[in-house]
Amino acid sequence: MSRVRLMVGTRKGGFLLTSDGRRGAWEVEGPLFPGWEIYHMDASPADPDRMYASQTSGWFGQVVQRSDDGGKTWSAIGNDFAYEGGAGTHKWYDGSDKPWEFTRIWHIEPSPDDPDVVYAGAQDAALYRSQDGGASWEELTGLRRHPTGPTWQPGAGGLCLHTILLSPCDPSRMIVAISAAGAFRSDDAGTSWQPINKGLLSGGVLPDPDAEVGHCVHKIAMHRSHPDVLFMQKHWDVMRSDDGGGSWHEISGDLPTDFGFAISVNSNEPETIYVVPIKSDSEHYPPEGKLRVYRSKTGGGEWEPLTKGLPQQHCYVDVLRDAMAVDTLDPCGVYFGTTGGQVYASPDGGDTWYPAARDLPAVLSVEAQTLP
Amino acid sequence: MSAASRVRVRLPAPLRVLASVPSEVTVVVPGPVTQRAVLDAIEEAHPCLRGTIRDQASGRRRAFIRFFVHESDLSDLGPDEPLPRNVADGVEPFVVIGAMAGG
Repeated sequence: MSRVRLMVGTRKGGFLLTSDGRRGAWEVEGPLFPGWEIYHMDASPADPDRMYASQTSGWFGQVVQRSDDGGKTWSAIGNDFAYEGGAGTHKWYDGSDKPWEFTRIWHIEPSPDDPDVVYAGAQDAALYRSQDGGASWEELTGLRRHPTGPTWQPGAGGLCLHTILLSPCDPSRMIVAISAAGAFRSDDAGTSWQPINKGLLSGGVLPDPDAEVGHCVHKIAMHRSHPDVLFMQKHWDVMRSDDGGGSWHEISGDLPTDFGFAISVNSNEPETIYVVPIKSDSEHYPPEGKLRVYRSKTGGGEWEPLTKGLPQQHCYVDVLRDAMAVDTLDPCGVYFGTTGGQVYASPDGGDTWYPAARDLPAVLSVEAQTLP
Repeated sequence: MSAASRVRVRLPAPLRVLASVPSEVTVVVPGPVTQRAVLDAIEEAHPCLRGTIRDQASGRRRAFIRFFVHESDLSDLGPDEPLPRNVADGVEPFVVIGAMAGG
């Protein structure tokens, strides 16, 4: 029977949650790297035992860990994330010019077909690639050197590159998202980049609501079978593109609020998507204190609240941008972690939920791995 | 020419765990005993500590790291200034501190 492993990054360490294919009970291991912020953990689709973790600390900086045995043992690997060719500047919150300064790795994206190739998204925004299993990292400089780079400004969480999508059909196509520069696409394996923000509107945040860059994209999700169809949770607005980001249209529809961070696509149904509406950009908790996942089975526009097993009163947690994931079983398992330390699991595509773990540190990220 | 020195170094708990070492390690510093030389020796012996005490690109001490020696804060001593003789002699440890936080 297949198994599922959840890789959970928290403010004070990493955790591995493992279940059989029924997904009814979870064995919890951890904390790994106790006391450190684990921004993200993920595993190679090409080698399920190869795992990577971004381990960070305001005191001690950035460490990257790798496991070659499914999380039993870990080793610190390369952590030299240099800005190639001089840092240059981007805009600071007050509009002044600020030199690019590395803070941490937000997101790790292993290659779908080579365990030694892995990408990392940084704050301040830069994209790195390793081709030696993380021993060394090279910046893909075309992104940060885009002519708009000096105008990029951070979102509230920093100028972070948090989304890396690798096309399963075209190895030369990559999509990244930066808060608050927007989304960018490369069609030459990361050498050159173009903004893909047409159709995004950020009135009240940007002086030019439909500017080429400057949109606070929170997360983009894609189904492997339809890589041209992209779903985006923006600061405000849930958006969809049917042409690989060439243009976007809003699909917020009847959501109670279209602010949020996380967005995922059902692994078996490319038009079934999930978001967790959050009240507003200043009130980072569910509206009415009710923790509800919203599911659209129509690719957006029409949404249904999923509440069974989720707290429906006095709930004021947040669900961060990398804290929702799906497995590849049928029915699809859906998982999300909260800033209150709960990891909720749904083994039935979102119909019902229960806490796979209840009292972890604040959850920063969740990834799901389907194991043989 | 300076003889090699055996310098005692105390690390904060998170770095001890990271490097899988006890609270105090001894490193061999081949030349003059300075902050830079001690940190070079630590990082040579424990590569996983690169970037955790000082920035890899600039070599600057990380903002929330301090260096203490026998009740003195030597954090702002120049990286190539000699450390006190009792550090070079192994009498006093060179103490790496994560600045206090947590409320």
